[in-house]
Amino acid sequence: MTIAPGTNSTELLSVKNLRVDFFIRKKPIHIVKDVSLTIKANETLVVLGESGSGKSVTSLAVMGLLGSSGAQVTAGEIHFEGVDLLALPANERRKYRGAKISMIFQDALSALNPVQKVGKQILEVIQEHSDLNRQDAHKRVLELMDRVRIPNPAVRFHDFPHQFSGGMRQRIMIAMALAMNPSLLIADEPTTALDVTVQAQIMQLLVDLQRQHHMGLMLITHDLKVAAEVADQIVVMYAGRVVESAPADALYRAPAHPYTAGLLASTPTAQDKGTMLKSIPGTPPSPANAPAGCPFNPRCPRARDICRVEEPPLVSIPGGRTSACHFWEEVLLDETK
Amino acid sequence: MSDHVLSDNPTIVPVVEPMNDLTTQSSLARDAWNDMRRNPVFLLSASVVLLMLVMAVWPGLFAGWFGSGDPRQCDLAVSNNGPAPGHPFGFDTQGCDVYANVIHGASASISVGLLVTLFCFVLAVVLGSISGFFGGWYDAVISRISDVFFGFPFLLGALILLTSFSERSIWTVSFVLALLGWPTLARLMRSTVKSVIDVDYVLAARGLGASNWRIITRHILPNAVTPVIVLSTLNIGAFIVAEATLTFLGVGLQYPAISWGLQLSAAQSSFTVSPHLLIFPSLFLGVTVVSFVLLGDVVRDAFDPKLR
Repeated sequence: MTIAPGTNSTELLSVKNLRVDFFIRKKPIHIVKDVSLTIKANETLVVLGESGSGKSVTSLAVMGLLGSSGAQVTAGEIHFEGVDLLALPANERRKYRGAKISMIFQDALSALNPVQKVGKQILEVIQEHSDLNRQDAHKRVLELMDRVRIPNPAVRFHDFPHQFSGGMRQRIMIAMALAMNPSLLIADEPTTALDVTVQAQIMQLLVDLQRQHHMGLMLITHDLKVAAEVADQIVVMYAGRVVESAPADALYRAPAHPYTAGLLASTPTAQDKGTMLKSIPGTPPSPANAPAGCPFNPRCPRARDICRVEEPPLVSIPGGRTSACHFWEEVLLDETK
Repeated sequence: MSDHVLSDNPTIVPVVEPMNDLTTQSSLARDAWNDMRRNPVFLLSASVVLLMLVMAVWPGLFAGWFGSGDPRQCDLAVSNNGPAPGHPFGFDTQGCDVYANVIHGASASISVGLLVTLFCFVLAVVLGSISGFFGGWYDAVISRISDVFFGFPFLLGALILLTSFSERSIWTVSFVLALLGWPTLARLMRSTVKSVIDVDYVLAARGLGASNWRIITRHILPNAVTPVIVLSTLNIGAFIVAEATLTFLGVGLQYPAISWGLQLSAAQSSFTVSPHLLIFPSLFLGVTVVSFVLLGDVVRDAFDPKLR
């Protein structure tokens, strides 16, 4: 990326050349390769990509939660507020999680402990990270539940997760994540498991809370519409790599990578009624045997000989953007309407 | 209620904040209790279990109901006689009152059942959690040790071990049964821990900075321990039966202890002519075992919020 870490005081998170590998019979498989991104306070960064593009793995790497999956960070740097997270011992790093960097997950039902009251679960986060006494912590929980707009917090405190609707559960997750006023919130597809009207409410809530708390928000999604509504910056990932990054409005106006262009073109609109849905032909490559050259070349309408041989580097292009396409100028020109 | 809750959103109706400890700490237990006390199976099995426990602790309360309350007051003249006034269950071979003996026998059987279960449960939860949660070497060592004990057939193993003790009390019998009984439970614990260790809420708890201790005690154990509790409560009955079986075979409790197993053992030579020697101890044994099993089942259902 263009900004070096530490030079900007408002820079919250800076990931540089991150590589995450899975090991199958000692052989590394790159599931995230050379990913760089930065998030500033008050800013929303949307990481966009299909399932399997490495976006969730990137967020887990930032959180330091790769452990149980068997994947490992094998190269790169993750700086948070100037601290090198990868250099911290496990116990120090744990203190960041939930306190300064928080995360909400896709499916709130499975992300909440089914046998513990929701109020208690929020309380646990506070007790883990602070020395508040029971009364004050309890008060804080009710305050948080109210802030995420759960009606009747004092009563709902004693309910179990299954007694809440999907949207309410996600609100509880958000309350847990915000319990310690984190400066960075990572939301991994927070609305995917919800129906559309509730999706909008939850997104609105997230955006409101982000503004109130001046948080950086890293939103992982495959939903272009959600991204369009909230993003300041967008990073598009494909096959474990960043293929394009740009300010949101610029990206929607004119993508600089054929994959982004394909994604934008495949969003159905009301005018498309009765016609075939547009899609990008083919499927994303498996990280174990990515194609030679550009990983997108088998599906790319613009692929030429060089694309099958040489992997395009991620280059800076005008407008504070980057693109990993040999022909970004051509794409940009064609897509600008 | 403090006004912070109302500050943002005036539409929220203020409610009385239930801050006393009873409601904040134990509403799961309270809900379970509310559920159970309306359940006839619970009422029945719990009363029987309670009755047996009282009987085990204070046999004197019941033994004297029909006259002779002393199980060791015997008269050979009435050996093997059937029920008679003041002696509703009749007399055994030594001419002792069977009713008084059966009442006093509850203590040994129930003590063994509970002791073994408790010991197995603690061992299984601790070792199973360690091996399931930490894996690696811990898992390898604990699993191999449990395999060694698992290799013994339960009764045969108990027979062999118990014959090596010259004096066998409630404690020695419990110790041997527990030694052979824990591996099944520990394996179950290990596998349930392993099954919840990768679920989203454990990952989410990690993501919010929870320590290993908190993750184990708050998230993994409560979600993994239920099958172990269920199997344990079922085991109470099985261990009571095992004690009776071993005693019947002559390697369990010894005279002058009083236990249902010893009474059944004594009955084997003469039960065709004096069936009351077999019927009454086995009736008590059967009812106790069934009650423990049913109680375990009801408690399990009531404490599982997912079944509500």
